[in-house]
Amino acid sequence: MAAPNTIKKISDTVWELPVSYKPGMKVPARIYATQKLLEHMDDGVFEQVTNVATLPGIVKYSLCMPDGHWGYGFPIGGVAAVDPDTGVISPGGIGFDINCGMRLIRTGLTYDEVEPHLRKLVDRLFERVPAGVGSTGFIKMNRNEFRGLVETGARWCLEHGYAEEDDLARTENRGVVSGADASKVSAKAVERGLGQVGTLGSGNHFLEIQVVRPGNVFDPERARAFGFTFPNQVAVMLHCGSRGFGHQVATDYLHIFLEAMERKFHIRMPERELACAPFRSEEGEAYFAAMNCAINMSYVNRQVIFHRIREVFSDIFHRSPEDLGIGQVYDIAHNTAMLERHDIDGEEREVLVHRKGATRAFGPGNPGLEGIFRETGQPVILGGSMETGSYLLTGMETGGQTFFTTAHGSGRTMSRTRAKKMYNGKQVRAELENRGIYIRTASYSGLAEEVGAAYKNIDDVVEATAKSGITNPVIRFIPVGNIKG
Amino acid sequence: MPGRGFFGETRDGADFMTNTRWYRYRDDIAPADAAFEAWGATVRDMIIASVDALTGVMVENLDGIHDQVRRTIRVEADTLEMALFRLLDELVYLKDAEGLFLRLDDAVIGDADGRVTIEADARGEPIDPSRHELNTDVKAVTIHRFAVAEENGGWKATVVADT
Repeated sequence: MAAPNTIKKISDTVWELPVSYKPGMKVPARIYATQKLLEHMDDGVFEQVTNVATLPGIVKYSLCMPDGHWGYGFPIGGVAAVDPDTGVISPGGIGFDINCGMRLIRTGLTYDEVEPHLRKLVDRLFERVPAGVGSTGFIKMNRNEFRGLVETGARWCLEHGYAEEDDLARTENRGVVSGADASKVSAKAVERGLGQVGTLGSGNHFLEIQVVRPGNVFDPERARAFGFTFPNQVAVMLHCGSRGFGHQVATDYLHIFLEAMERKFHIRMPERELACAPFRSEEGEAYFAAMNCAINMSYVNRQVIFHRIREVFSDIFHRSPEDLGIGQVYDIAHNTAMLERHDIDGEEREVLVHRKGATRAFGPGNPGLEGIFRETGQPVILGGSMETGSYLLTGMETGGQTFFTTAHGSGRTMSRTRAKKMYNGKQVRAELENRGIYIRTASYSGLAEEVGAAYKNIDDVVEATAKSGITNPVIRFIPVGNIKG
Repeated sequence: MPGRGFFGETRDGADFMTNTRWYRYRDDIAPADAAFEAWGATVRDMIIASVDALTGVMVENLDGIHDQVRRTIRVEADTLEMALFRLLDELVYLKDAEGLFLRLDDAVIGDADGRVTIEADARGEPIDPSRHELNTDVKAVTIHRFAVAEENGGWKATVVADT
């Protein structure tokens, strides 16, 4: 694991591989990382970020965020903005788990109030939010209703009593993207997703009860604006995506693009997982419409889980969610492609921004933000490992350098296979319980794969994003209860 | 498990091994996902080993999957490699759409108008967390480094599953 010799230091946190690094590169590749993070990045990152630089229509740079690691097609942490008129859309630049994302919820409770009920809370959440392989949710609907749901996104939740207006106002895109067309979604995708609304999934997906310890608030003004006002305040964070529905949408279109890319569009890419089609083509437009359905499904999934969280807290404390001070801070995706307006060499242009394991981070004043977020900058939720904690950050005015994009988590540094061989899930659970973190899991081997040592230090990732001026740290959260799929 | 197999192939570190099949999980490819190599003395054996390795990403005790339901899965593609890719996709689909863990009893490889066909005889049962030791869900089979090649007198598939 070593960066290529030709990498050029642009600043303490920005590193560049020139177009001469690999035949076919149309733009340089830039990696955002401290020296320490760069030294520990796996070879796959350098290979993949430069492959992405060969995408037709890519503008400015192929980027990788500080939590970047080896993925498929794009690196995880990969970002590419593409000219929609001359460029392509690639499912490999979004990932199979379309709109895998994060939601942060604040409560008006202190840790001392929650601690006596912690086990019961986690146990009840584990019962009410199905997790793990093959789990199904409580919402039953027919296939036509599901097709309606994926077109209307979080508004469906509002209409069916699973959301409040304020939740939508605090969700990226108000929980629904336009251009979602369920006629572009296969029957198989509907079949796969139909029973999964309100489920967590597995792998690195989690639902966590967290505490804001004194000393972990770095921007008190913004923390207050987001409803964090007293020491040891309890929050809930969740990480999940569009489940089998999004996975099947991506799979379906990967096959379509693999068939069409060379034969119809005469595009050759360095690896097949970068299969793509012109954005302005029948195939490209169909995928974009289907992907938007998966983005919407994921907003619904996290909203329905939030509904369950409200119910569980209310049941345990015998108080209403309002009385408990439960409210959403923000919900944000990290596997998407979105049409946005950005400054490209001094000219504001519409570009299609692919973000794979990377989070949009609009700065203060951005016209894409509403309400208080126009002043504070867009909240960014960085999920860490179950041992080390997570962060709330905000976008900055200086974020244009990355198309207003930042990291999405701490980033793996050890393979799942190795972690499973090195650690015993039951032992990990017991050790963390001794440290005050109560865990329920659908899979002990899955728990072993998610051990803290398998991840980079999230503080290093946050430092890199802050030093490079793409996100501003607001709060660090410490886990006390965790549900793993 | 060190050493050489019946057919002389290298299979150090195999997670499963018989004389005609083995598979091993790779920790040096796509570390955030689940990568494996599956080898068979014949194409049929390679396919059966690949399906076991894929299902093994999701469930620890493959032997705990009982024979309650049967499915015939038929796929076709331009190449054997893409036919295997489609077959593995189909198993991931059935895991969610019908909630089934499946293994293969048999796989028949054929030719239909120049395209490669696989007709797989699958058996298994609905996912039951009380008996199946669940691992990590497979979201999809990626085409990253996906390969099928002749190796050491048999056939080897390399697969990265998104988890």
